Amino acid sequence: MKVLVPVKRVVDFNVKVRVKSDGTGVDIANVKMSMNPFDEIAVEEAVRLKEKGVVTEIIAVSCGVTQCQETLRTAMAIGADRAILVESTEELQPLAVAKLLKALIDKEQPGLVILGKQAIDDDCNQTGQMLAALSQLPQATFASKVVIDGGFASVTREIDGGLETIKLKLPAVVTTDLRLNEPRYVTLPNIMKAKKKPLETLKPADLGVDVAPRIKTLKVSEPPKRGAGVKVPDVATLVAKLKNEAKVI
Amino acid sequence: MTSLVIAEHDHGTLKPATLNTVTAAMACGGDVHVLIAGQNAAGAAQAAAKIAGVAKVIHADGASLAEQLAENIAAQVLAIAKNYSHLLFPATAHGKNVAPRVAALLDVAQISDATKIVSADTFERPIYAGNAIAQVQSSDPIKVITVRTTGFDAAAASGGSAAVETVPAVADSGLSSFVGAEIVKLDRPELTAAKIIVSGGRAMGSSDKFNEVLTPLADKLGAALGASRAAVDAGYAPNDWQVGQTGKIVAPQLYIACGISGAIQHLAGMKDSKVIVAINKDPEAPIFQIADYGLVGDLFQVIPAFTAALG
Repeated sequence: MKVLVPVKRVVDFNVKVRVKSDGTGVDIANVKMSMNPFDEIAVEEAVRLKEKGVVTEIIAVSCGVTQCQETLRTAMAIGADRAILVESTEELQPLAVAKLLKALIDKEQPGLVILGKQAIDDDCNQTGQMLAALSQLPQATFASKVVIDGGFASVTREIDGGLETIKLKLPAVVTTDLRLNEPRYVTLPNIMKAKKKPLETLKPADLGVDVAPRIKTLKVSEPPKRGAGVKVPDVATLVAKLKNEAKVI
Repeated sequence: MTSLVIAEHDHGTLKPATLNTVTAAMACGGDVHVLIAGQNAAGAAQAAAKIAGVAKVIHADGASLAEQLAENIAAQVLAIAKNYSHLLFPATAHGKNVAPRVAALLDVAQISDATKIVSADTFERPIYAGNAIAQVQSSDPIKVITVRTTGFDAAAASGGSAAVETVPAVADSGLSSFVGAEIVKLDRPELTAAKIIVSGGRAMGSSDKFNEVLTPLADKLGAALGASRAAVDAGYAPNDWQVGQTGKIVAPQLYIACGISGAIQHLAGMKDSKVIVAINKDPEAPIFQIADYGLVGDLFQVIPAFTAALG
């Protein structure tokens, strides 16, 4: 069974972004970029399924600028076998990405698509669900456990109030949550090996997809600042302040 | 122009997030309808009809909707979607699961986690873990929106008397099936609806300590319990207690952060709380930069003393 793993290049999770002074967006020039952490979990899960003998080939896909090649090389260093870059300088919104991925599903016919539940830049949490809908596939979002058995996937999902397990007919789309696994560190030999793995580049037009954005960002601003308050010396003062000043207990 | 709120419910009753979503729908302008898709969900439909400001409740009832599977709920919404200008879901695990399916099949973009309705086509939403606020405009004919419940007050649960219209339930997709659930029954308020939250971090040290130290404080305050990602990953607290960018977004009256250093991803989930208290032994912890009241000290002495001082 083939697995398709879409990965997104995002601002590293340790970077605190700054809003540009002209309000057109956030300043991402010269900041560290990394693979979206949820997508890294997705790649790791695919590699573990391959190690268990359930999966035969892992294809990493990224949609975006030329530099997404680095993200794809990282995916291949974790263990993906080959990569596809859908190259575009356009702002790619989740619906457009889902359409590009659907075209790749039609082409590659994977048995499973596994990707992060959300990207930590736009925080949309949409692409997996949109892809499943467009491809008429079942979905399991926010996965904390995935078991493949026969033509089905049993997926445990993190939901409000606890966990839920659902069974999906393959092919299916699974999105990852934090507790699914802990991605391995990539080793230098694997980074070297990843450089030799095949990376194919396509354009949205090659897949016949219109990627024009549907949502226009009018402005980006700083959130209201929350100032530091006071340090209190002891518990008695804290309780008194909460009772008399803040009036919350 | 009419908006449809896709209610979150347990068939018998409405989940509170539905009420905040109704308020957001009213801000879009025009009438507000509520969809109850469930099985034996007359109770939830009756509750929805009583929400102040709701003009009509649409009730679809059938076995295909019993487990709230994304494929079937999305199909149920799509069956009536064309009658509406706005489709609004609460940005809960359930709403986030279903809304993008609906948007994709309508070939429209989705606005995730809206915190403000500026006008019928313009919305505000946080990006980069809440470190920036984007004002976005949608050019699509139908706006599909998930609503961050902390951004909107709850609509009044009584005072309305909307008509309930029954529509047929969709057929099961056959694509997925429900196997089981482990829902933790708690005798305390739900995290996202709690007025007070006591939240613990990695410094709690173990699951036993987490419970031993924080539970009495939460009990005394009638508070919900939350946790940082570090505490959840370490197994001190269950997954769905995680407060943060990719966990629960909360805005209680009082948030007490115990042994939480304050990573930006955690702050993204709680910085809209009215009053924040931080208790941490490290005076340089970033959490103190946003806390209204900070107390530097050993958790294992301060928190029991705090609990005792509440009398």
